[in-house]
Amino acid sequence: MELTVFHERENITQTIQSAGKTVQDLLQQLNINCETVIVVRNNEVITESEVLQNNDKLMLLSVISGG
Amino acid sequence: MNCGKCDNPPVIELQHGAVCKSHFLNYFEDKVFKTIRKYALLQPNDIICVAASGGKDSLTVLYLIKKYIEEWRFPATIFALAIDEGIHHYRSKTLADLELFCKDYEIPLHIMSTKQEFGATLDQAYPIINKGTKKKPCNICGVWRRYLINKHARTLGATKVVTGHNLDDEAQAIIMNIFKANTDLASHLGPISGVQEHALFIPRVKPLYFCAEKETRLYALLRGFTIEFTECPYSREGLRAQVQAMLNDFEAKYHGTKQSIVRSFLDLLPLLKEREQKKLVEPILACHECGEPAHHDVCNACLTRKSLVEQRL
Repeated sequence: MELTVFHERENITQTIQSAGKTVQDLLQQLNINCETVIVVRNNEVITESEVLQNNDKLMLLSVISGG
Repeated sequence: MNCGKCDNPPVIELQHGAVCKSHFLNYFEDKVFKTIRKYALLQPNDIICVAASGGKDSLTVLYLIKKYIEEWRFPATIFALAIDEGIHHYRSKTLADLELFCKDYEIPLHIMSTKQEFGATLDQAYPIINKGTKKKPCNICGVWRRYLINKHARTLGATKVVTGHNLDDEAQAIIMNIFKANTDLASHLGPISGVQEHALFIPRVKPLYFCAEKETRLYALLRGFTIEFTECPYSREGLRAQVQAMLNDFEAKYHGTKQSIVRSFLDLLPLLKEREQKKLVEPILACHECGEPAHHDVCNACLTRKSLVEQRL
């Protein structure tokens, strides 16, 4: 499936082809630790177990404020 | 998957199960208020200075202390104190968020700057001080911030300084002190900072002590606090960033790692504090240069100030 992912920390958006089913699969594919991001879809926060759909638009909000 | 307590969709998977927005907000607030009560972080008639930066931790703790005072009719007053270190493209953004927040919630805000106090911003001072002392920016910033917060909180009449330190901050500090064999410094950690009481020191307390960084970010997000993502340009330079990454790796593999580090440490903390108190044969002094509390004739902040002046000559 194809996903659009916005990375808050890097301020970039990328289109990703993912074979995984869940948020956790996607984070593993992107090599992102689930402790470091909050995932938002359609203005709703979703958990790592959430099943993703083709064409989902996701935001990965940074947990670490870097201060 | 639904919330473990109702049929709503979950927003986070905690150790004891997934919870929805409403149950998460309740869980988070309960945890903070229980910490305040269990460790007696606040006393009636306290004048509470919240050391604030405008980031998720300080906005959350500001909001919750105000809520605690109002909902529990706790007799105390609150104000916010921010330190502008002068870090380009960073602090001005978080201070703008803080100013808006304090206006919205009617919390008095005071902003002090290192430029006023030390004659230089951190951006200007760091390369100069580093030349003579090899000090990292976070070392200088930490000394300056603690100095200015204590000094101005006291001047403004505060009886308590509240900080936004969370579980991740504390777990990182514990591990960093172990890595550097700084058991003396470790004795200053805990929900109430410090070892000795002194008239010049305003006690510092940490209501978010048991709240993970991810939980705090989520709380701020779900409450709708405006937080623009910004990153201190110096934050990736220190040991802390590496310890932070290491602990997040462990946490992802073994849930509860950070919680376990902090809870184990709390079992040892009374022993560390007792040992440190026995070692402190000399009382806290007043710095010969500025009159602020010091362990030696001259405080660390004045040492950095001197170094700045000498290196500039």
